[in-house]
Amino acid sequence: MNSLPQTTPAAFTPGRHPGHLAGEPILRVQRLNLAYEGGLALRDVSFELITGERMAVVGPNGAGKSTLFKIIAGLLKPDSGKVSVFGADPSGHICISYLPQHNHVDWNFPVTVNDVVMMGRARKIGFFRWPAASDREIVNRALRTVGLSVYAQRQISQLSGGQQQRMFIARALAQEADLMLMDEPITGLDTPSQEELFSVLDSLKDEMVTVMFALHDLKLAASHFDRVMLLNHRLVGIGEPSSVFTKEHLSQAYGDRIQVLENGHNVSMIDDACCGDGGE
Amino acid sequence: MDWLLTPLEYSFMVRGMLAAVIVGVVCAVLGTYVVLRGMAFFGDALAHAVLPGVAAGYLIGGGARGPVFWWAMATALLSAFGIGAVSRSARLKEDTSIGIIFAGMFALGVALISMVRNYTADLTHFLFGDVLGVSNTDLVLTAAFGVLILLVVLAFYKEFMVISFDPTLAATLRLPIRWLDYLLIALIAISIVVSLQTVGVTLMVAMLITPAAAASLLTRRLSRMMLIAALIAIFSGITGLYLSYYLNLASGSAIVLTCTAVFALTWGFTNLTRRKTSARPAGNL
Repeated sequence: MNSLPQTTPAAFTPGRHPGHLAGEPILRVQRLNLAYEGGLALRDVSFELITGERMAVVGPNGAGKSTLFKIIAGLLKPDSGKVSVFGADPSGHICISYLPQHNHVDWNFPVTVNDVVMMGRARKIGFFRWPAASDREIVNRALRTVGLSVYAQRQISQLSGGQQQRMFIARALAQEADLMLMDEPITGLDTPSQEELFSVLDSLKDEMVTVMFALHDLKLAASHFDRVMLLNHRLVGIGEPSSVFTKEHLSQAYGDRIQVLENGHNVSMIDDACCGDGGE
Repeated sequence: MDWLLTPLEYSFMVRGMLAAVIVGVVCAVLGTYVVLRGMAFFGDALAHAVLPGVAAGYLIGGGARGPVFWWAMATALLSAFGIGAVSRSARLKEDTSIGIIFAGMFALGVALISMVRNYTADLTHFLFGDVLGVSNTDLVLTAAFGVLILLVVLAFYKEFMVISFDPTLAATLRLPIRWLDYLLIALIAISIVVSLQTVGVTLMVAMLITPAAAASLLTRRLSRMMLIAALIAIFSGITGLYLSYYLNLASGSAIVLTCTAVFALTWGFTNLTRRKTSARPAGNL
Protein backbone atom coordinates (compact mmCIF):
# COMPACT_ATOMS: atom_id res chain seq x y z
CA MET A 1 0.00 0.00 0.00
CA ASN A 2 2.94 2.24 0.29
CA SER A 3 3.96 3.01 -3.26
CA LEU A 4 6.30 5.83 -2.38
CA PRO A 5 9.84 5.33 -3.61
CA GLN A 6 12.37 5.23 -0.81
CA THR A 7 15.45 7.10 -1.86
CA THR A 8 18.78 7.33 -0.22
CA PRO A 9 19.06 10.67 1.47
CA ALA A 10 22.57 11.67 0.50
CA ALA A 11 21.87 15.36 0.27
CA PHE A 12 19.94 15.71 3.49
CA THR A 13 22.50 15.45 6.19
CA PRO A 14 22.40 17.56 9.32
CA GLY A 15 24.96 20.17 10.15
CA ARG A 16 24.78 21.79 6.75
CA HIS A 17 24.14 25.20 8.16
CA PRO A 18 26.69 27.59 9.55
CA GLY A 19 26.02 28.87 13.06
CA HIS A 20 25.14 25.49 14.56
CA LEU A 21 27.08 25.08 17.76
CA ALA A 22 28.51 21.63 18.34
CA GLY A 23 27.11 19.75 21.31
CA GLU A 24 23.98 21.89 21.53
CA PRO A 25 20.61 20.15 21.12
CA ILE A 26 18.65 20.96 17.99
CA LEU A 27 15.99 22.57 20.15
CA ARG A 28 16.02 23.81 23.72
CA VAL A 29 12.98 25.63 25.07
CA GLN A 30 13.40 27.25 28.47
CA ARG A 31 10.61 28.64 30.66
CA LEU A 32 8.57 30.09 27.81
CA ASN A 33 5.80 32.51 28.78
CA LEU A 34 3.46 34.39 26.54
CA ALA A 35 0.24 36.25 27.31
CA TYR A 36 -2.11 37.49 24.62
CA GLU A 37 -4.63 40.26 25.10
CA GLY A 38 -7.23 37.54 25.51
CA GLY A 39 -5.29 35.75 28.25
CA LEU A 40 -2.53 33.29 28.79
CA ALA A 41 -1.14 31.41 25.80
CA LEU A 42 1.88 29.62 27.21
CA ARG A 43 3.05 29.25 30.79
CA ASP A 44 6.47 28.10 31.83
CA VAL A 45 7.03 25.66 28.96
CA SER A 46 10.44 23.96 28.94
CA PHE A 47 11.67 20.95 26.98
CA GLU A 48 14.42 19.74 24.67
CA LEU A 49 14.48 17.80 21.43
CA ILE A 50 17.33 15.65 20.23
CA THR A 51 18.32 15.45 16.59
CA GLY A 52 16.19 13.09 14.51
CA GLU A 53 13.48 12.84 17.11
CA ARG A 54 9.82 13.08 16.15
CA MET A 55 7.54 14.64 18.69
CA ALA A 56 3.75 14.69 18.57
CA VAL A 57 2.12 17.73 20.15
CA VAL A 58 -1.42 17.20 21.35
CA GLY A 59 -3.80 19.28 23.40
CA PRO A 60 -7.20 20.91 23.15
CA ASN A 61 -7.92 23.69 20.70
CA GLY A 62 -6.50 26.98 21.92
CA ALA A 63 -3.95 25.18 24.11
CA GLY A 64 -1.11 27.21 22.60
CA LYS A 65 0.23 24.66 20.11
CA SER A 66 0.32 27.09 17.19
CA THR A 67 1.76 29.81 19.39
CA LEU A 68 4.51 27.47 20.54
CA PHE A 69 5.34 26.58 16.93
CA LYS A 70 5.50 30.21 15.88
CA ILE A 71 7.85 31.05 18.73
CA ILE A 72 10.11 28.10 17.87
CA ALA A 73 10.07 29.17 14.20
CA GLY A 74 11.29 32.61 15.30
CA LEU A 75 8.17 34.33 13.99
CA LEU A 76 6.82 35.39 17.39
CA LYS A 77 8.67 36.71 20.43
CA PRO A 78 7.76 35.27 23.84
CA ASP A 79 7.21 37.58 26.83
CA SER A 80 9.91 35.71 28.68
CA GLY A 81 11.91 32.56 28.34
CA LYS A 82 14.24 31.41 25.64
CA VAL A 83 14.27 29.23 22.57
CA SER A 84 17.59 28.10 21.20
CA VAL A 85 18.12 26.10 18.06
CA PHE A 86 21.58 24.58 17.96
CA GLY A 87 22.46 27.01 20.73
CA ALA A 88 21.30 30.22 19.03
CA ASP A 89 18.14 32.27 18.65
CA PRO A 90 15.78 30.72 16.07
CA SER A 91 15.30 33.98 14.17
CA GLY A 92 18.83 33.65 12.81
CA HIS A 93 18.32 30.14 11.46
CA ILE A 94 17.19 29.10 8.01
CA CYS A 95 17.11 25.42 9.00
CA ILE A 96 13.57 25.59 10.43
CA SER A 97 10.55 24.94 8.26
CA TYR A 98 7.13 25.85 9.53
CA LEU A 99 3.84 24.71 8.04
CA PRO A 100 1.04 26.77 9.56
CA GLN A 101 -2.24 25.10 10.41
CA HIS A 102 -4.23 27.19 7.98
CA ASN A 103 -1.97 27.66 5.03
CA HIS A 104 -3.44 30.67 3.34
CA VAL A 105 -1.53 30.31 0.12
CA ASP A 106 -3.39 31.14 -3.07
CA TRP A 107 -3.77 27.77 -4.79
CA ASN A 108 -4.41 29.53 -8.10
CA PHE A 109 -1.06 31.29 -7.95
CA PRO A 110 0.73 30.66 -11.28
CA VAL A 111 3.34 28.22 -9.98
CA THR A 112 3.97 24.52 -10.49
CA VAL A 113 4.76 21.98 -7.77
CA ASN A 114 8.38 22.19 -8.89
CA ASP A 115 8.35 26.01 -8.54
CA VAL A 116 7.01 25.80 -4.98
CA VAL A 117 9.62 23.26 -3.92
CA MET A 118 12.33 25.40 -5.51
CA MET A 119 11.13 28.31 -3.33
CA GLY A 120 12.60 26.43 -0.39
CA ARG A 121 16.01 27.08 -1.93
CA ALA A 122 15.47 30.83 -2.42
CA ARG A 123 17.77 31.77 0.43
CA LYS A 124 20.43 29.14 -0.33
CA ILE A 125 20.61 30.25 -3.96
CA GLY A 126 21.11 33.80 -2.78
CA PHE A 127 20.29 37.22 -4.13
CA PHE A 128 20.84 38.02 -7.81
CA ARG A 129 21.33 34.36 -8.69
CA TRP A 130 19.33 31.69 -10.42
CA PRO A 131 18.91 28.01 -9.53
CA ALA A 132 21.91 25.92 -10.55
CA ALA A 133 21.95 22.28 -11.63
CA SER A 134 22.65 21.28 -8.03
CA ASP A 135 19.54 23.13 -6.83
CA ARG A 136 17.43 21.39 -9.45
CA GLU A 137 18.88 18.04 -8.38
CA ILE A 138 17.99 18.72 -4.75
CA VAL A 139 14.45 19.67 -5.75
CA ASN A 140 14.08 16.54 -7.88
CA ARG A 141 15.29 14.37 -5.02
CA ALA A 142 12.91 16.06 -2.59
CA LEU A 143 10.02 15.43 -4.98
CA ARG A 144 11.05 11.76 -5.29
CA THR A 145 11.23 11.40 -1.52
CA VAL A 146 7.64 12.53 -1.09
CA GLY A 147 6.45 10.66 -4.18
CA LEU A 148 5.44 13.71 -6.23
CA SER A 149 7.89 13.46 -9.15
CA VAL A 150 5.16 12.83 -11.69
CA TYR A 151 3.29 15.91 -10.50
CA ALA A 152 6.28 18.24 -10.72
CA GLN A 153 4.99 20.25 -13.65
CA ARG A 154 1.40 20.49 -12.44
CA GLN A 155 -0.11 23.73 -11.30
CA ILE A 156 -0.58 23.47 -7.54
CA SER A 157 -4.39 23.68 -7.55
CA GLN A 158 -4.42 20.25 -9.23
CA LEU A 159 -3.06 18.51 -6.13
CA SER A 160 -5.18 16.71 -3.55
CA GLY A 161 -5.00 17.76 0.09
CA GLY A 162 -2.50 15.02 0.95
CA GLN A 163 -0.34 15.86 -2.06
CA GLN A 164 -0.34 19.51 -1.01
CA GLN A 165 1.04 18.58 2.40
CA ARG A 166 3.68 16.34 0.83
CA MET A 167 4.66 19.19 -1.50
CA PHE A 168 5.33 21.34 1.56
CA ILE A 169 7.43 18.56 3.08
CA ALA A 170 9.41 18.43 -0.18
CA ARG A 171 9.87 22.19 0.06
CA ALA A 172 11.18 21.79 3.61
CA LEU A 173 13.61 19.14 2.32
CA ALA A 174 14.75 21.49 -0.45
CA GLN A 175 15.26 24.10 2.23
CA GLU A 176 17.48 21.50 3.95
CA ALA A 177 15.46 22.03 7.09
CA ASP A 178 16.75 20.23 10.16
CA LEU A 179 13.66 21.04 12.19
CA MET A 180 10.18 20.69 10.68
CA LEU A 181 7.28 22.21 12.56
CA MET A 182 3.99 20.91 11.20
CA ASP A 183 0.80 22.32 12.66
CA GLU A 184 -2.05 19.84 12.15
CA PRO A 185 -1.09 18.78 8.64
CA ILE A 186 -3.40 15.75 8.66
CA THR A 187 -6.52 17.66 9.66
CA GLY A 188 -9.02 17.17 6.86
CA LEU A 189 -7.10 14.37 5.14
CA ASP A 190 -8.63 10.95 4.52
CA THR A 191 -7.00 7.91 6.11
CA PRO A 192 -4.98 6.75 3.05
CA SER A 193 -3.56 10.28 2.64
CA GLN A 194 -2.68 10.36 6.33
CA GLU A 195 -0.89 7.02 6.02
CA GLU A 196 1.07 8.28 3.00
CA LEU A 197 2.12 11.34 4.94
CA PHE A 198 3.30 9.25 7.89
CA SER A 199 5.27 6.92 5.63
CA VAL A 200 7.02 9.95 4.10
CA LEU A 201 7.82 11.14 7.61
CA ASP A 202 9.17 7.69 8.48
CA SER A 203 11.43 7.80 5.43
CA LEU A 204 12.90 11.07 6.74
CA LYS A 205 14.04 9.36 9.92
CA ASP A 206 17.29 8.26 8.31
CA GLU A 207 17.99 11.81 7.25
CA MET A 208 17.97 12.92 10.88
CA VAL A 209 15.23 15.46 10.29
CA THR A 210 13.66 16.45 13.61
CA VAL A 211 9.89 16.80 13.52
CA MET A 212 7.34 18.47 15.77
CA PHE A 213 3.86 17.56 14.64
CA ALA A 214 0.62 18.88 16.10
CA LEU A 215 -2.41 16.64 15.77
CA HIS A 216 -5.65 15.78 17.52
CA ASP A 217 -5.73 12.01 17.17
CA LEU A 218 -4.11 10.59 20.30
CA LYS A 219 -3.91 7.08 18.86
CA LEU A 220 -1.94 8.27 15.85
CA ALA A 221 0.22 10.37 18.17
CA ALA A 222 1.00 7.31 20.25
CA SER A 223 1.71 5.03 17.30
CA HIS A 224 3.74 7.23 14.93
CA PHE A 225 5.99 9.31 17.16
CA ASP A 226 8.99 8.78 19.42
CA ARG A 227 7.65 11.03 22.15
CA VAL A 228 4.44 12.91 22.77
CA MET A 229 3.80 16.26 24.39
CA LEU A 230 0.53 17.08 26.07
CA LEU A 231 0.02 20.82 26.09
CA ASN A 232 -2.63 22.97 27.66
CA HIS A 233 -0.94 26.35 28.03
CA ARG A 234 1.52 24.60 30.30
CA LEU A 235 3.27 21.31 29.68
CA VAL A 236 0.98 18.68 31.17
CA GLY A 237 3.27 15.83 30.22
CA ILE A 238 6.07 14.90 27.87
CA GLY A 239 7.70 11.58 27.12
CA GLU A 240 6.64 8.05 26.14
CA PRO A 241 2.98 7.89 25.10
CA SER A 242 2.18 5.36 27.84
CA SER A 243 3.50 7.64 30.57
CA VAL A 244 1.96 10.83 29.15
CA PHE A 245 -1.48 9.67 28.08
CA THR A 246 -2.66 8.74 31.58
CA LYS A 247 -6.13 9.36 32.83
CA GLU A 248 -4.86 12.01 35.22
CA HIS A 249 -2.87 13.93 32.58
CA LEU A 250 -5.65 13.76 30.04
CA SER A 251 -8.29 15.10 32.38
CA GLN A 252 -5.85 17.87 33.33
CA ALA A 253 -5.45 18.76 29.66
CA TYR A 254 -8.96 18.25 28.38
CA GLY A 255 -11.19 18.41 31.44
CA ASP A 256 -14.57 16.93 30.66
CA ARG A 257 -14.09 17.08 26.96
CA ILE A 258 -12.51 13.67 26.65
CA GLN A 259 -13.57 10.14 27.34
CA VAL A 260 -10.92 8.02 28.97
CA LEU A 261 -11.66 4.34 28.97
CA GLU A 262 -9.34 2.38 31.19
CA ASN A 263 -8.47 -0.87 29.56
CA GLY A 264 -6.91 -3.34 31.95
CA HIS A 265 -3.45 -2.22 32.87
CA ASN A 266 -1.87 1.07 32.03
CA VAL A 267 -3.24 1.20 28.50
CA SER A 268 -6.00 3.65 27.84
CA MET A 269 -8.44 3.81 25.00
CA ILE A 270 -8.71 7.42 24.27
CA ASP A 271 -10.99 9.58 22.25
CA ASP A 272 -10.52 13.29 21.81
CA ALA A 273 -14.19 14.11 21.85
CA CYS A 274 -13.78 17.83 21.52
CA CYS A 275 -12.06 18.07 18.21
CA GLY A 276 -12.80 15.83 15.30
CA ASP A 277 -10.92 16.10 12.04
CA GLY A 278 -11.90 19.20 10.20
CA GLY A 279 -10.90 21.22 13.17
CA GLU A 280 -11.62 24.65 14.47
CA MET B 1 -0.26 48.54 -46.29
CA ASP B 2 -0.41 52.29 -46.69
CA TRP B 3 -2.82 52.62 -43.82
CA LEU B 4 -0.20 51.07 -41.52
CA LEU B 5 2.61 53.33 -42.66
CA THR B 6 0.85 56.66 -43.06
CA PRO B 7 0.62 57.45 -39.33
CA LEU B 8 4.32 56.66 -38.91
CA GLU B 9 5.24 59.54 -41.19
CA TYR B 10 4.59 61.75 -38.19
CA SER B 11 7.47 61.66 -35.75
CA PHE B 12 5.11 62.31 -32.80
CA MET B 13 3.29 59.08 -33.70
CA VAL B 14 6.55 57.12 -33.70
CA ARG B 15 7.60 58.60 -30.35
CA GLY B 16 4.13 57.96 -28.97
CA MET B 17 4.22 54.32 -30.04
CA LEU B 18 7.67 53.77 -28.58
CA ALA B 19 6.51 55.33 -25.30
CA ALA B 20 3.31 53.26 -25.29
CA VAL B 21 5.28 50.05 -25.89
CA ILE B 22 7.88 50.71 -23.17
CA VAL B 23 5.27 51.78 -20.65
CA GLY B 24 3.05 48.87 -21.60
CA VAL B 25 5.78 46.30 -21.01
CA VAL B 26 6.93 47.80 -17.69
CA CYS B 27 3.38 48.10 -16.34
CA ALA B 28 2.42 44.62 -17.54
CA VAL B 29 5.39 42.97 -15.83
CA LEU B 30 4.89 44.81 -12.53
CA GLY B 31 1.15 44.45 -12.92
CA THR B 32 1.58 40.70 -12.65
CA TYR B 33 2.49 41.20 -8.99
CA VAL B 34 -0.25 43.80 -8.57
CA VAL B 35 -2.84 41.28 -9.78
CA LEU B 36 -1.45 38.29 -7.86
CA ARG B 37 -1.12 40.23 -4.60
CA GLY B 38 -4.52 41.90 -4.91
CA MET B 39 -3.06 45.42 -5.02
CA ALA B 40 -5.28 46.82 -7.78
CA PHE B 41 -6.90 49.40 -5.52
CA PHE B 42 -3.50 50.39 -4.16
CA GLY B 43 -2.19 50.92 -7.71
CA ASP B 44 -5.23 52.98 -8.68
CA ALA B 45 -4.93 55.09 -5.52
CA LEU B 46 -1.22 55.63 -6.00
CA ALA B 47 -1.76 56.89 -9.55
CA HIS B 48 -4.34 59.40 -8.35
CA ALA B 49 -2.22 60.46 -5.39
CA VAL B 50 0.51 61.61 -7.76
CA LEU B 51 -1.64 64.48 -9.08
CA PRO B 52 -0.62 67.14 -6.50
CA GLY B 53 3.03 66.43 -7.31
CA VAL B 54 2.32 66.83 -10.98
CA ALA B 55 0.49 70.08 -10.26
CA ALA B 56 3.24 71.44 -8.03
CA GLY B 57 5.90 70.62 -10.61
CA TYR B 58 3.76 72.22 -13.26
CA LEU B 59 3.23 75.43 -11.29
CA ILE B 60 6.85 75.72 -10.23
CA GLY B 61 8.32 74.85 -13.61
CA GLY B 62 5.89 77.05 -15.51
CA GLY B 63 4.78 74.17 -17.71
CA ALA B 64 8.20 72.56 -18.36
CA ARG B 65 8.20 68.75 -18.41
CA GLY B 66 11.27 68.16 -16.24
CA PRO B 67 9.96 69.53 -12.93
CA VAL B 68 6.63 67.75 -13.49
CA PHE B 69 8.41 64.42 -13.81
CA TRP B 70 10.59 64.77 -10.73
CA TRP B 71 7.86 66.25 -8.54
CA ALA B 72 5.58 63.44 -9.58
CA MET B 73 8.31 60.92 -8.75
CA ALA B 74 8.84 62.34 -5.24
CA THR B 75 5.10 62.47 -4.60
CA ALA B 76 4.57 58.91 -5.83
CA LEU B 77 7.29 57.49 -3.57
CA LEU B 78 6.11 59.50 -0.56
CA SER B 79 2.47 58.47 -1.09
CA ALA B 80 3.43 54.83 -1.61
CA PHE B 81 5.32 54.65 1.67
CA GLY B 82 2.75 56.89 3.39
CA ILE B 83 -0.10 54.57 2.44
CA GLY B 84 1.98 51.62 3.64
CA ALA B 85 2.73 53.27 6.98
CA VAL B 86 -0.83 54.47 7.63
CA SER B 87 -2.42 51.15 6.75
CA ARG B 88 -0.04 49.38 9.13
CA SER B 89 -0.36 51.71 12.09
CA ALA B 90 -3.94 53.00 12.08
CA ARG B 91 -6.75 50.87 13.38
CA LEU B 92 -8.45 51.00 10.03
CA LYS B 93 -8.87 48.48 7.27
CA GLU B 94 -6.21 48.89 4.63
CA ASP B 95 -8.60 49.86 1.83
CA THR B 96 -10.10 52.57 4.06
CA SER B 97 -6.68 54.13 4.71
CA ILE B 98 -5.85 53.94 1.02
CA GLY B 99 -9.18 55.54 0.06
CA ILE B 100 -8.71 58.45 2.46
CA ILE B 101 -5.20 59.26 1.29
CA PHE B 102 -5.98 58.79 -2.37
CA ALA B 103 -9.08 61.00 -2.46
CA GLY B 104 -7.42 63.67 -0.33
CA MET B 105 -4.32 63.80 -2.49
CA PHE B 106 -6.35 63.83 -5.70
CA ALA B 107 -8.49 66.71 -4.41
CA LEU B 108 -5.32 68.61 -3.50
CA GLY B 109 -4.02 68.12 -7.04
CA VAL B 110 -7.23 69.37 -8.63
CA ALA B 111 -7.28 72.34 -6.24
CA LEU B 112 -3.70 73.28 -7.12
CA ILE B 113 -4.34 73.11 -10.84
CA SER B 114 -7.59 75.05 -10.54
CA MET B 115 -5.59 77.98 -9.15
CA VAL B 116 -4.41 78.60 -12.69
CA ARG B 117 -7.56 79.28 -14.62
CA ASN B 118 -6.46 78.90 -18.22
CA TYR B 119 -4.72 75.63 -17.82
CA THR B 120 -7.67 73.24 -17.86
CA ALA B 121 -6.35 71.73 -21.08
CA ASP B 122 -3.21 70.67 -19.23
CA LEU B 123 -5.27 69.22 -16.40
CA THR B 124 -6.92 67.03 -19.00
CA HIS B 125 -3.50 65.85 -20.14
CA PHE B 126 -2.52 64.92 -16.60
CA LEU B 127 -5.80 63.14 -16.01
CA PHE B 128 -6.05 61.27 -19.30
CA GLY B 129 -2.56 61.33 -20.75
CA ASP B 130 -1.01 62.86 -23.82
CA VAL B 131 1.12 60.18 -25.40
CA LEU B 132 1.38 62.05 -28.69
CA GLY B 133 3.00 64.96 -26.88
CA VAL B 134 5.98 62.83 -25.77
CA SER B 135 9.29 64.59 -26.45
CA ASN B 136 12.65 62.97 -27.11
CA THR B 137 13.73 63.78 -23.56
CA ASP B 138 10.57 62.19 -22.18
CA LEU B 139 11.26 59.12 -24.25
CA VAL B 140 14.81 58.80 -22.93
CA LEU B 141 13.62 59.16 -19.32
CA THR B 142 10.84 56.62 -19.89
CA ALA B 143 13.23 54.14 -21.46
CA ALA B 144 15.89 54.58 -18.77
CA PHE B 145 13.47 54.05 -15.89
CA GLY B 146 11.72 51.26 -17.76
CA VAL B 147 14.95 49.32 -18.18
CA LEU B 148 15.86 49.98 -14.54
CA ILE B 149 12.51 48.62 -13.32
CA LEU B 150 12.73 45.50 -15.50
CA LEU B 151 16.29 44.80 -14.31
CA VAL B 152 15.24 45.04 -10.65
CA VAL B 153 12.26 42.74 -11.26
CA LEU B 154 14.60 40.26 -12.94
CA ALA B 155 17.17 40.52 -10.14
CA PHE B 156 14.59 39.87 -7.39
CA TYR B 157 12.38 37.52 -9.39
CA LYS B 158 12.50 34.58 -7.00
CA GLU B 159 12.36 36.74 -3.86
CA PHE B 160 9.30 38.64 -5.12
CA MET B 161 7.72 35.31 -6.00
CA VAL B 162 8.29 33.91 -2.49
CA ILE B 163 7.00 36.99 -0.62
CA SER B 164 3.95 37.14 -2.89
CA PHE B 165 3.11 33.43 -2.70
CA ASP B 166 3.96 32.53 0.89
CA PRO B 167 5.04 35.24 3.35
CA THR B 168 5.42 32.62 6.10
CA LEU B 169 8.04 30.78 4.07
CA ALA B 170 9.76 34.09 3.34
CA ALA B 171 9.87 34.73 7.09
CA THR B 172 11.38 31.34 7.97
CA LEU B 173 13.91 31.77 5.16
CA ARG B 174 14.73 35.07 6.90
CA LEU B 175 14.28 37.06 3.71
CA PRO B 176 14.09 40.83 4.32
CA ILE B 177 10.32 40.87 3.73
CA ARG B 178 9.61 44.46 4.65
CA TRP B 179 12.50 45.72 2.56
CA LEU B 180 11.35 43.66 -0.44
CA ASP B 181 7.76 44.87 0.01
CA TYR B 182 8.93 48.48 -0.02
CA LEU B 183 11.09 47.81 -3.07
CA LEU B 184 8.12 46.39 -4.96
CA ILE B 185 5.93 49.33 -3.93
CA ALA B 186 8.65 51.76 -5.01
CA LEU B 187 8.86 50.05 -8.40
CA ILE B 188 5.09 50.36 -8.84
CA ALA B 189 5.31 54.05 -7.88
CA ILE B 190 8.10 54.70 -10.38
CA SER B 191 6.28 52.84 -13.15
CA ILE B 192 3.20 54.98 -12.51
CA VAL B 193 5.18 58.19 -12.90
CA VAL B 194 6.88 56.93 -16.04
CA SER B 195 3.48 56.03 -17.50
CA LEU B 196 1.68 59.24 -16.55
CA GLN B 197 2.06 60.84 -19.94
CA THR B 198 0.76 57.80 -21.78
CA VAL B 199 -2.58 57.18 -20.11
CA GLY B 200 -2.82 59.76 -17.33
CA VAL B 201 -3.61 59.21 -13.67
CA THR B 202 -7.23 58.13 -14.06
CA LEU B 203 -6.63 55.26 -16.50
CA MET B 204 -3.26 54.23 -15.10
CA VAL B 205 -4.58 51.23 -13.18
CA ALA B 206 -5.75 49.63 -16.44
CA MET B 207 -2.16 49.46 -17.69
CA LEU B 208 -1.16 47.71 -14.47
CA ILE B 209 -3.93 45.16 -14.14
CA THR B 210 -5.73 44.53 -17.43
CA PRO B 211 -2.93 42.87 -19.46
CA ALA B 212 -1.77 40.93 -16.39
CA ALA B 213 -5.30 39.79 -15.62
CA ALA B 214 -5.82 38.60 -19.20
CA ALA B 215 -2.47 36.76 -19.05
CA SER B 216 -3.43 35.10 -15.77
CA LEU B 217 -6.32 33.42 -17.59
CA LEU B 218 -3.99 31.96 -20.19
CA THR B 219 -1.09 30.46 -18.23
CA ARG B 220 -0.20 28.84 -14.92
CA ARG B 221 3.44 29.97 -14.82
CA LEU B 222 4.57 33.30 -13.41
CA SER B 223 7.28 33.95 -16.00
CA ARG B 224 4.91 33.17 -18.87
CA MET B 225 2.25 35.36 -17.29
CA MET B 226 4.70 38.27 -17.39
CA LEU B 227 5.63 37.54 -21.00
CA ILE B 228 2.02 37.24 -22.21
CA ALA B 229 0.99 40.36 -20.29
CA ALA B 230 3.84 42.28 -21.94
CA LEU B 231 2.81 41.06 -25.41
CA ILE B 232 -0.80 42.08 -24.78
CA ALA B 233 0.38 45.51 -23.63
CA ILE B 234 2.57 45.98 -26.72
CA PHE B 235 -0.29 44.97 -29.00
CA SER B 236 -2.70 47.28 -27.16
CA GLY B 237 -0.31 50.24 -27.24
CA ILE B 238 0.23 50.03 -30.98
CA THR B 239 -3.33 49.13 -31.91
CA GLY B 240 -4.67 51.82 -29.59
CA LEU B 241 -2.61 54.51 -31.28
CA TYR B 242 -3.74 53.43 -34.76
CA LEU B 243 -7.34 53.55 -33.55
CA SER B 244 -6.67 56.93 -32.07
CA TYR B 245 -5.23 58.14 -35.39
CA TYR B 246 -7.98 56.86 -37.67
CA LEU B 247 -11.00 57.28 -35.41
CA ASN B 248 -9.75 60.51 -33.86
CA LEU B 249 -10.01 59.10 -30.31
CA ALA B 250 -8.15 60.25 -27.21
CA SER B 251 -4.93 58.19 -27.30
CA GLY B 252 -4.90 57.03 -23.66
CA SER B 253 -8.47 55.79 -23.73
CA ALA B 254 -7.92 54.09 -27.10
CA ILE B 255 -5.01 52.10 -25.59
CA VAL B 256 -6.98 51.19 -22.48
CA LEU B 257 -10.03 50.21 -24.54
CA THR B 258 -7.85 47.89 -26.64
CA CYS B 259 -6.49 46.27 -23.45
CA THR B 260 -10.03 45.85 -22.19
CA ALA B 261 -11.14 44.30 -25.48
CA VAL B 262 -8.24 41.83 -25.34
CA PHE B 263 -9.21 40.94 -21.78
CA ALA B 264 -12.86 40.48 -22.74
CA LEU B 265 -11.94 38.20 -25.65
CA THR B 266 -9.55 36.18 -23.46
CA TRP B 267 -12.14 35.83 -20.76
CA GLY B 268 -14.80 34.72 -23.21
CA PHE B 269 -12.42 32.31 -24.92
CA THR B 270 -11.19 30.69 -21.69
CA ASN B 271 -14.74 30.37 -20.38
CA LEU B 272 -15.86 28.63 -23.56
CA THR B 273 -12.92 26.20 -23.61
CA ARG B 274 -13.25 25.52 -19.89
CA ARG B 275 -16.88 24.60 -20.34
CA LYS B 276 -15.87 22.19 -23.10
CA THR B 277 -13.01 20.57 -21.19
CA SER B 278 -14.95 20.30 -17.93
CA ALA B 279 -17.55 18.25 -19.80
CA ARG B 280 -14.88 15.58 -20.17
CA PRO B 281 -13.75 13.66 -17.08
CA ALA B 282 -11.13 15.65 -15.23
CA GLY B 283 -7.78 14.33 -14.11
CA ASN B 284 -5.43 14.77 -17.03
CA LEU B 285 -3.12 17.73 -17.73
